[in-house]
Amino acid sequence: MPDDLEQRVISVIAATQHIPADTITIDSTFEELKIDSLDGINILFAVENEFNLNIPDEAAQKIRSVREMVDGIRKLMEPGEEGQAGVPVSA
Amino acid sequence: MANRRVAVTGMGVISALGENTAEFWQALIEGRSGIRPIQAVDRTQFRFQNGAEVQNYNPSKYFDEKDQSLLDRFAQFAVVAAREAVHDADVEWTTDLKERTAIVTGSCVGGQQTEDEGFVSLYKNGSPRVNPFTIPRIMGNGGASRISVEFGVVGPTYTVSTACSSANHAIGQAFWMVRSGMVDLALTGGSEAIFSMGFLKAWEAMRVVSPDTCRPFSKDRRGIILGEGGAMLVLEPLEAARARGATIYGELVGFGMSSDAFHITQPSPDGAARAMRSALCDGGLVAEQIGYINAHGTGTAANDATETASIRKVFGAHSDKLAVSSTKSMHGHALGAAGALEAVATLHALRRGILPPTANYMAADPACDLDVIPNEARKQSVEFGMSNSFAFGGLNAVLVFRRV
Repeated sequence: MPDDLEQRVISVIAATQHIPADTITIDSTFEELKIDSLDGINILFAVENEFNLNIPDEAAQKIRSVREMVDGIRKLMEPGEEGQAGVPVSA
Repeated sequence: MANRRVAVTGMGVISALGENTAEFWQALIEGRSGIRPIQAVDRTQFRFQNGAEVQNYNPSKYFDEKDQSLLDRFAQFAVVAAREAVHDADVEWTTDLKERTAIVTGSCVGGQQTEDEGFVSLYKNGSPRVNPFTIPRIMGNGGASRISVEFGVVGPTYTVSTACSSANHAIGQAFWMVRSGMVDLALTGGSEAIFSMGFLKAWEAMRVVSPDTCRPFSKDRRGIILGEGGAMLVLEPLEAARARGATIYGELVGFGMSSDAFHITQPSPDGAARAMRSALCDGGLVAEQIGYINAHGTGTAANDATETASIRKVFGAHSDKLAVSSTKSMHGHALGAAGALEAVATLHALRRGILPPTANYMAADPACDLDVIPNEARKQSVEFGMSNSFAFGGLNAVLVFRRV
């Protein structure tokens, strides 16, 4: 049975993509769900709002499936985890 | 009237690399980047830290208080660049010439800094009113209109907005107007000023901005670095330029355009190839005549690989003989000003026989297997140079220049 976090992620993806939640499982890949790069950043935006998180770009680019998204969020929600700051370039 | 050859007789630049063309070119040949920690906004609020801002810009050096109140930063950059270009070309303004001059500028988002300030006033500070000059400051044609007033130009004057291709589209249109005999002079280029919280946040959400620097074509590239500035060219018939003894920086020989009809943000190699072929055809050239390409080269994974593929589609085996560089690695991606900055870079490269490098290059990416002039400028004599702009929305505009 999907836990609460998985359910919330699936709901966010379903709402953002305008598809029924029961077509999405923890094993679904973005390719299977026809999520392209623009959909991807839209989902990230919705997920960041839902969970009040900052998902760094590097991590975001690696997310290609529901499972990777859930695992990534779970990790960010652990106490002590922070989003990655940018690297200042010396002048 | 038969098509006339078109010369570039004046150039003006204000950018992260300096307040004039000489400083711009000097930085390019030194491979010196103008990418630095952002100063205009609180950068701790962003996932990225760096940008290519115009340094220590003092409006009072260029405009009195009344003009400053009427001109957004982006329009000021357009005027500053136009002034340098006109002075450089030593234009002799006659009443007749003012009627037969066109001004065509490019800008992505015009006076969005003014718009941002207005929103802060209304929505954050709860003020019931905004600056009464908000409309003239916001409008995308603010630069073009002010240039017209400054020089008394009463000919065709307008602004083009096609995202990152704005300046190339503007310059191309101006080129055709001079070539066809519709006008006898054109002031053309682009300007942009985008370092405001709202607009930067919008870019952050696209997840294409690099957290460190801009490394076009490099294996470890992480995205774009936003820039600002303005650049303008003076175009006139080559024969007229020679007759009056003007300095001729080069010749504009071809302009091509296309639309990808593919995706609102992802590029297509077919669309870009179509625009490059179109520019060659417009100039009556074959692919093998091109020696240098100033690439769109934004530093994103998508653009640089797609641009490489599209160059190979057009140039075939000759691709291995091309020198290709992205000067966005030094002046940043100045959006509506990009094509104009890159036109100046290409013209200087041909004239002086020094090709600017792709800076910040670390390692080769097999998907970008071109000679990208890594890190150091190169002495090389090239007759024809191409400059690419491939914008969001799939709008492509390509210019071809010739050494004179």
